[in-house]
Amino acid sequence: MTDNKNDLIEYLLRLGDNAMINGQRLCEWCGRAPALEEEMALMNVGLDLVGQARNWYEYAAELLADGRDADQLAFRRDERAYRNTLLVEQPNGDYAVTTAKLFLFDAWHFHTLSALSASSDERIAAIAAKGLKEVTYHLRRSGEWVERLGDGTEQSRQRMLAGIDEVWRFTFDLLSSDEIQQRLAAAGIGADATAVAAAWQATVEQVFERASLPVPQPASYFYLDGKRGLHTEHLGILLAEMQFLQRAYPDATW
Amino acid sequence: MANTSEIDALFGGSPVAAPGSEAQPGLIASDGGAREADESDLPRAWQVLEQVMDPEVPAVSVVDLGIIREVSWVDGHLMVAVTPTYSGCPATELIESEIAKALEQAGFRAPRLERRLSPAWTTDWISEQGRERLRVYGIAPPSGSSSKRSLLGEKDEVCCPQCGSHDTEVVSQFGSTACKALYRCRSCLEPFDYFKCI
Repeated sequence: MTDNKNDLIEYLLRLGDNAMINGQRLCEWCGRAPALEEEMALMNVGLDLVGQARNWYEYAAELLADGRDADQLAFRRDERAYRNTLLVEQPNGDYAVTTAKLFLFDAWHFHTLSALSASSDERIAAIAAKGLKEVTYHLRRSGEWVERLGDGTEQSRQRMLAGIDEVWRFTFDLLSSDEIQQRLAAAGIGADATAVAAAWQATVEQVFERASLPVPQPASYFYLDGKRGLHTEHLGILLAEMQFLQRAYPDATW
Repeated sequence: MANTSEIDALFGGSPVAAPGSEAQPGLIASDGGAREADESDLPRAWQVLEQVMDPEVPAVSVVDLGIIREVSWVDGHLMVAVTPTYSGCPATELIESEIAKALEQAGFRAPRLERRLSPAWTTDWISEQGRERLRVYGIAPPSGSSSKRSLLGEKDEVCCPQCGSHDTEVVSQFGSTACKALYRCRSCLEPFDYFKCI
């Protein structure tokens, strides 16, 4: 455990940051979604994700034991300290871009949490099993939208194709693996990234086939790396809004 | 996400010493309100919990919902383990404080609340009484078992809580709260909430 402690903290921050940043992005749709039911769905998904982020952050904060709590991890770290994957920080674009982003992430999230539900770390297994029930709904919903747009009108199909094209390159970062993941997977704590990538590919192919959408070639190496804090320019702007209150009024509480 | 002292207060936390007494950590004798349990305490605690309603669905109690996972006596205090329905359920803190308040009012000094994630809550734990109360309230209770679900899969069979028809359709997988989906009845044409099966 102590050997893995730093790896584990890093891994928990990645899981927490993915959920947090995706949730924050989704909430930008509040008041702007194309239909009331869609707005409620997106806010529900966002809320699930922020709740999951809190569970991961609380565990990370306990291991860090440096006096920071979940709120401080969310609202007082700088862009370079964020460990989320590049995909979730991308702007929402039109509804097809949002749908593409969500679906590609949800498929990864689903298979990752499935694997983590069997983690030898009981706390990770508990948080993952809880989140998996929610993410199952997320994936079903975003998969249905990919199908509906891809196999809908000529315009919706063109938009869906453009949406996938816009974010597909970030799936390299989503599926890539580093030593931390490999060590934790070998210890039975983390998910096997190679297995997750294979399961992700199968889910994407299944849904794209139903939607009559071509599956792009695997994304090639991308020079930025969310896991190491090397983000696109969009994350800093997102954090500026998300963290404003705690930066302007440190330690403010309800 | 409240600060630590607020959370401590919420959970009964560090027991507050009675006025005039000096609290000494580790000594139960000085721990305000700590006492041995008598045999009526746990049944009475369950009775109190049966009166604590879900703030989002005031027709069902926290016991009906199946979110009370354990009630026991620990170190001279009542301990209640509660599991959240959804990771991000905004009612989690409110439910915990309502439970603590109800128990305090019933005479349980500084009850301890534990948030328990595992095993994850499932709608299978909603009691028969809870399901009937949901139906009467106008919310279709979860249908079937959470273990028999496919991922990209097949629809639940949901009965309209108004007219009982099986001829219903999903409007949105997500409804007014995290735990509900929005449905419409094709027979009586009424829209209704469905308590999602997870």
